[in-house]
Amino acid sequence: MLEIYITELSKYFITLFIALYTLECFLVFRFQEEERRKGSYIRQNFFMFLVHFSCFLVICFETGKVEYLLFYILQQILLFAIIMLFRMIYPRGNRLIINNMCMLLSIGFVILSRLSYEKAIKQFFIVTVSLIMSMLIPYFIHKLKFLKSLTWVYAGVGIVALGVVLILGTVTYGSKISYSIGGVTFQPSEFVKIIFVFFLASALSESQDFLRVVVTAVLAGVHVLILVASKDLGSALIFFIVYVMMVFIATGQWIYLFVGAAGGGAAAVAAYHLFSHVQVRVQAWQDPFSCIDAAGFQITQSLFGISSGGWFGLGLFRGNPTAIPLVEADFVFSAVAEELGIIFSMCLILICLSSFIMFMNISIKLQNGFYRLIAFGLGITYIFQVFLTIGGGTKFIPMTGVTLPFISYGGSSILTTLIMFFIIEGLYIIRQDEGERRAKKKRKRRRTEYAAARGEDKTDEEGEDA
Amino acid sequence: MRQQEAKIRRMKKEKMRKKKNRQILSVTYFFVAVFLCMMGYTCHYAITHQQELINNSYNSRQEILVAQNTRGMIYADGRQVLAQTQTDEEGKETRVYPYGNLFSHVVGYASNGRFGIEASANYYLINSNAKLSEKVANDVAGLKYPGDNVVTTLNVDLQQIAYDSLGIYKGAVIVTDPATGKILAMVSKPDFDPNEIEVIWDELLEDKESGILLNRATQGLYPPGSTFKIVTALEYIRENPDSYSQYSYQCNGRFTKGEERINCYHGSVHGYEDFSKSFAKSCNASFANIGMQLDREKFGDTLEQLLFNQELKVGFAYNKSRLVIDRHTEDADMMQASIGQGTTAVTPLEMNMITCSIANDGMLMKPYLVDHVETHDGNLIKQFESTAYKRMMSAEEADVLSGLMQEVVKSGTGTKLADASYTAAGKTGSAEYNSVKEDSHAWFTGFAPVENPELCVTIIIEGAGSGGDYAVPIARRIFDAYFGG
Repeated sequence: MLEIYITELSKYFITLFIALYTLECFLVFRFQEEERRKGSYIRQNFFMFLVHFSCFLVICFETGKVEYLLFYILQQILLFAIIMLFRMIYPRGNRLIINNMCMLLSIGFVILSRLSYEKAIKQFFIVTVSLIMSMLIPYFIHKLKFLKSLTWVYAGVGIVALGVVLILGTVTYGSKISYSIGGVTFQPSEFVKIIFVFFLASALSESQDFLRVVVTAVLAGVHVLILVASKDLGSALIFFIVYVMMVFIATGQWIYLFVGAAGGGAAAVAAYHLFSHVQVRVQAWQDPFSCIDAAGFQITQSLFGISSGGWFGLGLFRGNPTAIPLVEADFVFSAVAEELGIIFSMCLILICLSSFIMFMNISIKLQNGFYRLIAFGLGITYIFQVFLTIGGGTKFIPMTGVTLPFISYGGSSILTTLIMFFIIEGLYIIRQDEGERRAKKKRKRRRTEYAAARGEDKTDEEGEDA
Repeated sequence: MRQQEAKIRRMKKEKMRKKKNRQILSVTYFFVAVFLCMMGYTCHYAITHQQELINNSYNSRQEILVAQNTRGMIYADGRQVLAQTQTDEEGKETRVYPYGNLFSHVVGYASNGRFGIEASANYYLINSNAKLSEKVANDVAGLKYPGDNVVTTLNVDLQQIAYDSLGIYKGAVIVTDPATGKILAMVSKPDFDPNEIEVIWDELLEDKESGILLNRATQGLYPPGSTFKIVTALEYIRENPDSYSQYSYQCNGRFTKGEERINCYHGSVHGYEDFSKSFAKSCNASFANIGMQLDREKFGDTLEQLLFNQELKVGFAYNKSRLVIDRHTEDADMMQASIGQGTTAVTPLEMNMITCSIANDGMLMKPYLVDHVETHDGNLIKQFESTAYKRMMSAEEADVLSGLMQEVVKSGTGTKLADASYTAAGKTGSAEYNSVKEDSHAWFTGFAPVENPELCVTIIIEGAGSGGDYAVPIARRIFDAYFGG
């Protein structure tokens, strides 16, 4: 009977804490220097802890099981360790990205624990192992200077990896997207997203002439076509958008954006007429209730979930999110909205958005064209995937079946997103190096200019400005 | 010099970088804008569709609520219980309807599917906004939470009179308040006892002839007969605002055009008539003559304005009233339509809405059945306000029609209301539904008092005979009861 008080009241507290956390996500942009953002970051860590704690408090009371308590403690240790270790290893890293990552991971743990304890445990181990691996990435990004010169290697690896799935892959839900090696299932399209961004960044930072655009277009086209052939439409769309956006930013010419948009539109119309599974999805998007038994079933169940929660949600374990097929992967957002509320799920979107804005911010500040494009490309990859999965689940756009980074269940998705976030961290550190070098250069330049000016005046007071 | 060049190069590079930065910013803003749209859409959709989605039979969350809360009660406007759930000692729930057959269609039933208010207010009835402390107490005691209660606009006395007056006839009665749109009574016969619904269900389904489960008041489609002359008259006034009062016609009992002939009811011959008398005496020949003078395109527009052939924004089951008139309409069909025969099909609800708008200076108020929702201990959850639905006609047009309808009562087919203590206005109808025999449905639609209308009544009695003889007396009984004779 205590659990009813806890569930009912915690709804409002959880919503309040996540709202405060989200507010800080945007308040950090007031300041340019990481040093001055410190206060926000510490408050964020505090609110993050409160959200995570209150959610598990509810879970423990609702289920009455001790294993959830132990699981919670493990998660808390992991999240605490990431934050502390990151600060120690990379004192110059960006803490907003790390905080958002931890916040999203903890929401993922909460909602997966609610949906399936076994899957949550599995997810926890995947996250732990992935984190240990990807913690080193900023260091390598910072140190390895040859990354820029692997242009065609990236394209080759990407195409081969996708091609192998097309030929050898296993079919899940009508799409060929994964293959298994020694019992571990991989979903290569997830990792190839990163390699693809590296390929484009390297190719387009080297040269931006028309020929180069055409050559990259052909190679990008091969990626996309293999994905279309594997019926992995969501990924195909992500690759396409990333390509168009990166060409636009690399060349600085709007025309490529328009040509890309026109081409994309034409391809979409063609796909609609060529493939029956595309038609089915579009139909299920336009009027899901007319085909509620078949193609519209998932989306309508998802809408039932989102709408039943109201602003503050039904409370964990009080709704029925497991009625949605594939809820822990493609429709995890609907489960969040149902049990934690619409306000909470909107905050979730805003947290993703603030990460994206930070990525773009880093991209703008980077001097080196290659790194700039990587930051930009990864940012687009990330935010567009978020858009596809949330938009698909809420009937804003047709469903494409991609995962919500950090929250959905799935090892490849988690590892890929972790790698992406840590690459950005590496770029952030590079940016600060650049900043320091630039400041030094500027000072030096000023000095010589000043000296030259003085020299022309035939005066000699160099000692003064030393 | 080299320094100068380097500086220029640097500046150029810086300029290019700034341009690209602006482009990155544009992309960022673009995505932020798209996300804001998506967020707005999601919130809007989820909140506005909440009820509709929870009522969907594919939504399993409904069962969670049903298992968690005891279905709420349905009350009449005077707090009489129209439906309640009783739980016996073993926890078995029974839905009880104390008035039995009286409210069968309008309140409906909640098992074997849902119907009536039980269906339209289902969302409220299965939710519980009881106090948290109470929910806890119920948890401890192992009881379900009490669902929210629905208080309707229905009036037991008016319902009873309407129900009794209809007697053994099939038909329907709707009583509304034209100033607010509140539905005060809604009867449909033949009826059934909702307490027995599970027992009689199969029997009801097998019986395809009488259509007992149909709510004739909102779903029954009938030829409107002469009540439709209200619409024909409205169109004539619209097209001849200055000269309609100079209209005259010599009635010899029939109107012929080509092969088609329209007879007056039971072969009456009305002689010389003006516009008002044509309406009051309900002269078919004169109205066929009027119909032939109307612009069919404009007539079609007027029908649309009166909500013919359209989905209605009402919270209960209904059928669309049907009549299409456009420039392709043949003369013969136009003549039939002008007197409410032919292919015309209307619901009593539709006739009631038109009458209400005449009573309310041309403005139709949205008809509604649920006044408010409250918790089981009386805390208000949601109040439904009376809202304007649509302007069907101008205040002047409504005024003219009201005058014509008053004349019907004074000197026309509705004189059974003439000597009442209140002033009434209305229009009768005797709709022929069988081309062989001369059987007709008796119609009346009208309101009282004319000066400040409080009640609007629409009646149809299937196969009874003329509206003046059979429907008007029922209206009289309802008005008398309400205004105290």
